[in-house]
Amino acid sequence: MAGPTRGFLGRRRERDPRLPPGQYDVGGDWPVLTAEPTPRIAPETWSITVDGRVESPTTWTWDDVHRLPASDYRGDIHCVTTWSKFDTHFAGVSVDTLLEAARPTADAHFVMATSKTGYTTNLPLEDVTGGRAWIVWEFDGEPLPVEHGGPVRLLVPHLYFWKSAKWVTRLTLLQRDQQGFWEQNGYHDRGDPWREQRYQGD
Amino acid sequence: MREVDRPTPRTVRLRLEVPDRVEHLAGQHYVVRLTAEDGYRAQRSYSLASPPGDPLVELLVERLDDGEVSGYLADVVEPGDTLEVRGPIGGWFVWEGDEPALLVGGGTGVVPFVSMLRTARDLGRADLLRIAVSTRTLADLPYADELRGAGALVVTTREASGIRPAGRLTAPDLVPLWEPGQTAYVCGSASFAEAASQLLVGLGVPAADIRVERFGPSGASG
Repeated sequence: MAGPTRGFLGRRRERDPRLPPGQYDVGGDWPVLTAEPTPRIAPETWSITVDGRVESPTTWTWDDVHRLPASDYRGDIHCVTTWSKFDTHFAGVSVDTLLEAARPTADAHFVMATSKTGYTTNLPLEDVTGGRAWIVWEFDGEPLPVEHGGPVRLLVPHLYFWKSAKWVTRLTLLQRDQQGFWEQNGYHDRGDPWREQRYQGD
Repeated sequence: MREVDRPTPRTVRLRLEVPDRVEHLAGQHYVVRLTAEDGYRAQRSYSLASPPGDPLVELLVERLDDGEVSGYLADVVEPGDTLEVRGPIGGWFVWEGDEPALLVGGGTGVVPFVSMLRTARDLGRADLLRIAVSTRTLADLPYADELRGAGALVVTTREASGIRPAGRLTAPDLVPLWEPGQTAYVCGSASFAEAASQLLVGLGVPAADIRVERFGPSGASG
């Protein structure tokens, strides 16, 4: 750990306790960070599949997921590029609901989320269960904008936001962890903002 | 910190000597971390403009309105200071110097492309790169002479350029630059990156061949 930087005062002395270390409050803005062109996905062509280490691989269409019990998230999100956004509201269904139908086998310990674009991200299974992860299609009561992952994205708000895969179309349960897109490119396998797990080795 | 200068009104160029540094690839970035006397920290990522062979590491920082880190780097840092940096970071938006590439940059989004261009020159392979740049005015564009000297198409959105009126980058601008087999790299503000990547998709460039790096607030205009 280096000492103080000469002449650096910093902007805030009163730090909002909702901010994890190294993060700042982006306010009303919502930056878009994506490594690929934004795809145009019609809801009627979208579906989500839960497969891999499950007893009953299952696919839901746009209409199917809307018939599942609704669930929402109110709270904060944190991007590894150091912005945090407070008091967001997303609506969709809990990942628990999908897993109850697909029934993970006893040896399932990790999840690979895959997007329509081919983007992938890996997560421990326990990070997407217990009411801590959703697939969502609404933000603040409106359809989720395409640049933010619409029609449907994964939402895992207690981890850095690259884990919340945009345009999600598949959750594959795995026995052993495999690295997704950013994880292969130097980012952390878990990505807990409160532990500042930004890069491999943190 | 070895050298500090201000190539445009809103940017500062920092050249650092980094002890025991890990060699980077063109397109990668460094994290700069500032620490106040009371332990308060702020950190941001900045693309490198220098090629791997440069003995110094060069960062080009745009001073953002109310920018906590960029304001410090633009106004306070001077040669002889010590900064905490971490890097290189990022394994996706990189060019390894052996494949043809189309580089499309908006404003300070040209910075990783300067690293790619310098790397190509060091390798004697500048023929592999085609470059298109959008900037508000020529005076706002860092590395303008270097980019134009390398044959980059420079489009200005707030002033005429020669016989061309002010205007955004268009699909016909990119047609002569695109060749099958290229990887396209797009870097700029969120709105520029979105527009430029959709231009490429519209030209038939496979989405899988387009790599995008976006920065800044969502509402920024290119």
